[in-house]
Amino acid sequence: MAKSTLLTRRKFLIAGGLVGGGLAVAYAFGGNDVPDRAPYASTAGTNEFTLNAWVKISSNGNISVAISQAEMGQGIHTALCMLVAEELEVDVAGITPEQAPIDAVYANFTIIQDSLPFGDGHHRGEETAGAWAMKKVGALLGIQATGGSTSVRNFWLPMQQAGATARQMLIQAAADRWSVPASECYAKAGKIIHDSSDNSASYGELAQAASKLDIPEEVSLKQPSERRVIGYSQQRIDIPAKVTGEAEFGVDVSLPDMVYAAVKICPTFGGTVKHWDESKIGNMPGVLKAVKLENAVAVVANSFWRAKQAVEQLPVTFDDTINSSLSTDGIFNEFEEQLKLDDGRSYAEEGDAKSVLSNSGASKSTATYKVPFLAHACMEPMNCTAIVTDTSVEVWTPNQSNTLISWIAQEIAEVDAENVSVHNTYLGGGFGRKVETDCVSMTLNFAKAFKGRPVKLIWTRENDMQHDMYRPAALAKFEATLDSQGRVQAWHNKVASPSISRAFVQRMLPFAGADMPDNTTVEGAADIPYEFPHKLMEHFPTPVQVPIGYWRSVGHSYNAFFTECFMDELAAKAEIDPIEFRRLHLSDSKDFLAVLNRLEKESNWKEPAADGHFRGIALHESFGSIVGQVVEISVSPDKEITLHKVTCVIDCGEVLNLMV
Amino acid sequence: MLTLNINGKEIQIDAEEDTPLLWVLRDNLDLTGTKFGCGIAACGACTVHVDGTAMRSCSVPISMVAESKITTIEGLTGTVGNAVQRAWIEEQVPQCGYCQPGMIMAVSALLKETPSPTDEDIDDAITNICRCGTYPRIRKAIHRAVKLETEA
Ligand code: FES
Ligand code: FES
Repeated sequence: MAKSTLLTRRKFLIAGGLVGGGLAVAYAFGGNDVPDRAPYASTAGTNEFTLNAWVKISSNGNISVAISQAEMGQGIHTALCMLVAEELEVDVAGITPEQAPIDAVYANFTIIQDSLPFGDGHHRGEETAGAWAMKKVGALLGIQATGGSTSVRNFWLPMQQAGATARQMLIQAAADRWSVPASECYAKAGKIIHDSSDNSASYGELAQAASKLDIPEEVSLKQPSERRVIGYSQQRIDIPAKVTGEAEFGVDVSLPDMVYAAVKICPTFGGTVKHWDESKIGNMPGVLKAVKLENAVAVVANSFWRAKQAVEQLPVTFDDTINSSLSTDGIFNEFEEQLKLDDGRSYAEEGDAKSVLSNSGASKSTATYKVPFLAHACMEPMNCTAIVTDTSVEVWTPNQSNTLISWIAQEIAEVDAENVSVHNTYLGGGFGRKVETDCVSMTLNFAKAFKGRPVKLIWTRENDMQHDMYRPAALAKFEATLDSQGRVQAWHNKVASPSISRAFVQRMLPFAGADMPDNTTVEGAADIPYEFPHKLMEHFPTPVQVPIGYWRSVGHSYNAFFTECFMDELAAKAEIDPIEFRRLHLSDSKDFLAVLNRLEKESNWKEPAADGHFRGIALHESFGSIVGQVVEISVSPDKEITLHKVTCVIDCGEVLNLMV
Repeated sequence: MLTLNINGKEIQIDAEEDTPLLWVLRDNLDLTGTKFGCGIAACGACTVHVDGTAMRSCSVPISMVAESKITTIEGLTGTVGNAVQRAWIEEQVPQCGYCQPGMIMAVSALLKETPSPTDEDIDDAITNICRCGTYPRIRKAIHRAVKLETEA
């Protein structure tokens, strides 16, 4: 099945529905339609009653909450359960998180808005035809995904609404049962109570009747002053199992009759397997078979260690001519060449920085910064377990998007979405790596060679480091001029790097447009808060042959470093204290100033640092949080740096769980 | 066939003698609390106790430990182990949690030898890697475990 035919009828209907007006409704609900209970109802067992898209209650009072987000250490299972618990008037401990089925109702609209290459309001993303198409396709296929610090931002409102809706339905069911007005009943500690008739009933007793009611389209949420969960400290529900060793990560999945795969991958990117000789390992203990893919060979055996031993012994020659001359120097030379061209894509523009700078002569400040490729290096190496039959696929894997895995499974095993199930486990780190489907697709291919039998592929640490989708290298050049007061008059920032979203989108949907604006690559450079009369930020997309992807904080990971370093250079040139210098350019930015002022105080900035100690400051906003840090270091005569203290101030908006 | 003593039980193992203990625990015995992180004794995710000493099981062939008493996270008992696990919950240490069984095994071995470690002792003894960066909470939790244990 070609990728372009992945728009099954169902997806097409969803997409069509949303395009034709549904989109506004979806966004009004924060993108997730609480009353759509059919998907969750499909998972209900006997005596389990589905109240809405997120809440099921059993007749013995167990409350299950559909969780669409992957738990990789950020505490999201706890956070989402807290939101439901608040409105449903129960303790978080009384809720069982349950993996949500794959359905558009659980889509992460925020990640699509933030990541896909179209304007989100504060960037100057152009509405190209490709970008427009991605917006529609991406948003409307309903991709479930975890990343980009979006989970709480996206699901806060729908989860709270889900809890409130369920509460209202339980109240209605109780009122009907006792023939009293619903307005006289209230929920408390897992019960609905009617004081004047002295009636009370548990949620378990009311669940069936409540599940037969129409789901209210409008509910009232608790007032902030009535909250007893949101904004308080809640121990994380995943932690007890993580200290006993019981928590199940992908690599721990164990199924009857399972076989294990270890893999040797072509060491150069894009290289292929030329020759391999299975006969050399045929007699090794436990070895079942070698399976070849285009760029890799796996050995499948009855234990991982045996598979790994055998794949190491397996003679394989690769055609590694393609990209064999790729080098770090070569890549940075390309970046340099790109920056010389006058065809960057502008993402932020005010005034006319170029002409101010070209008239400024020798007084302008310049700086160049660069950053290397970085691996995600999740503590849990990439792994996947799958069973492929002629008609179905079942996948267990630690992942940040089960929707994307389902797509890949449908394609490789040639089955419909209905016949694919994806089980998510805890992730031993994700950082953006586990939104990729490369390891999953390898596993599915190996599993096709063992139809009906579970195959578990584990990448070694060496596989994992050598075949990542890396944080791209990037090269930044800055030019600026200061006025007589030491304020920035003109600021021009050019960054050359590959476009991250473009690389990702093309891996997933090869038909997607090649030349699209990409906010993720310029985030933290295009949207800096500083007020400069003339400002220009341009990106020079420079494709590289190294696979790249989303890596913890994405564009911010290098742009914050670039811009804040250059701010310091300018402060030094202006002979103004670095905090004061930032303040000079933030007159309109109350939130930034508040962080900066607090940071100045908490770090004792105005007191001189101890002898031989140096302090530096950085201020940055990403994903809706403003962070300021002061770092105090000393440097030994042989240039060894000792970190003495970091003072950190963060304004992350409303806090959901104080304990995280 | 080799017999190993794991978590107090004698178990017959069907694996080559040079198989690392880690893979026997995980694949033969389904004791998956012991994690694979690197396979070269660099990260500590696979830490178990061999006769009470913390060892990185990915680099210990089973032939080496046939005469020893092996304890994995699943078999961690006693006041020290319990204090460490409790402290880990009270300080909310784990993020993704993948490194934590190895951390807890390394720390409980340290506390048996050095019941009240200084920060420097901790730095010297606990060299496990945590990719999520939970180190500050680990340090706090170690000090808390010492307190919990003395109170117990
Ligand atoms: S897996 Fe043994 S030390 Fe990393
Ligand atoms: S908690 Fe994630 S690696 Fe330590």
